[in-house]
Amino acid sequence: MSDSERVVRRPGSGRPESPSGPPVAGRVAARPLLDGVDGLLDEIDEVLEANAEEFVRGYVQKGGE
Amino acid sequence: MVIDDRGTMNLVLTNGARLYVDHAHPEYATPECASARDAVVWDVAGERIVEAAARHAEAQLPHGSAVHVHKNNTDGKGAAYGTHENYLVDRSVPFGLLTRQLLPMFVSRIALIGAGRVGSEHDDVGFQISQRADFFEVEIGLETTVRRPIMNTRDEPHADPERFRRLHVINGDANLGEVATYVKVGAMLLVLDAVATGALPEPIELEDPVHAFRTLSHDTSLRARVRSTDGRTWSALDLQEHYLEHARRSAEHLQQRADDVEVLRTWEAMIVAGRSGPEALVGLADWATKLDLIEAFRTRHDLPATHDRVRMVDLQYHDVRRDKGLHHRLVAAGRVPRITTDAEVAAAVRTPPEDTRAWFRGECVRRFPESVVAAGWDSVVLDLGGDEGLARLPMPEPGLGTRALTGTALEQASDVAGLLRLLEVRPEIPGQLA
Repeated sequence: MSDSERVVRRPGSGRPESPSGPPVAGRVAARPLLDGVDGLLDEIDEVLEANAEEFVRGYVQKGGE
Repeated sequence: MVIDDRGTMNLVLTNGARLYVDHAHPEYATPECASARDAVVWDVAGERIVEAAARHAEAQLPHGSAVHVHKNNTDGKGAAYGTHENYLVDRSVPFGLLTRQLLPMFVSRIALIGAGRVGSEHDDVGFQISQRADFFEVEIGLETTVRRPIMNTRDEPHADPERFRRLHVINGDANLGEVATYVKVGAMLLVLDAVATGALPEPIELEDPVHAFRTLSHDTSLRARVRSTDGRTWSALDLQEHYLEHARRSAEHLQQRADDVEVLRTWEAMIVAGRSGPEALVGLADWATKLDLIEAFRTRHDLPATHDRVRMVDLQYHDVRRDKGLHHRLVAAGRVPRITTDAEVAAAVRTPPEDTRAWFRGECVRRFPESVVAAGWDSVVLDLGGDEGLARLPMPEPGLGTRALTGTALEQASDVAGLLRLLEVRPEIPGQLA
């Protein structure tokens, strides 16, 4: 593919191919994260702060950047 | 580490970083990094340092106490705090051009690097892409905590001001996902190269960048479009593709950094994923991962969008403790990829990057802790002992002070006076300055 061919793409006009090799982002299947993994939701229920409502209400951060 | 003479909590660490208390929260500033990948490694090292500090603090408190630290940007009650990126930019690049070229970059990159949040400061929004977008009120300015500008003008380069300016970016989110941090920093480096070399066409001038920032943040479908003054409309991914195309062309000529090609591939892969829908960004973009998690959680417990338990999931996604933080649970479950290894992060907790002046700073602190009186970004003050007094070593060039240039002297010197002799540098002696 020539340089000019590669760069002349209209936004939204299809998927450019990766030049070569797997990108970092391509090494994992992005989906599914939680599909069919009730176990993970169970685990989140377990580690989620038990007093969630109280915790969220009390969560105030002073300014500063 | 060096504790400053006021006894305040302000440390320079052996990895070249600074750790201090900013108002009411801990703030970690990575050492200077010369590549996007290094920026990820030393950013994650900062998480581990803060996690260890929280554990340490916990042990001092009454039994049963817990210290939570969230790497996030808003408390959901009107307060925001930043995750600032700092880029060294050649002084010859006109700041006006930089601003015009970067505004559309800043408001659109959230599609890939937003950390996601429940709720909004303004509208009835259940979930939005950026933690920060709602808090920006003007296009450009100096402030960071009031009337926040998308383009911040703070210019303390901590380097030779004739040659460098600092680009102080305050609009980004705190990413837990390593891929997101990688693309956040890597894409900025490439776009800055493209601006500096004139590889970008005339800037896209958005009609209302502040409004566009919010509009794009509030639309998790990624279909929202914003208008430029020439009448064209752009989705966030259209704008990102614009930058990717031109950055790739300039990167092919410049070949600035070893990981530029990998950054381009990863950046492109995220844009491509986003085009097929936000669910394809799950695991890569923090906001998409968090949204997917929250949707599953809400469905299971039949909760409204902004219920406090949903807000708890939002908060706990950012908990830096690896046994509690939901991001870390997803990593442990193999659902979210990393790009660093535990071993390199553990090394980065203690040692600086080798190819910047952070090497000299961190190694001075590690090898001669008693003799380092003060260490800043652009100088180190050493106590030479005896009658010799203090010596200030300026480091105005961030690319010097590397392991290659100073490693041998640091290894051979038995004290700081010997170090200066081996380096053949003539320090500024404070008492002798006019």
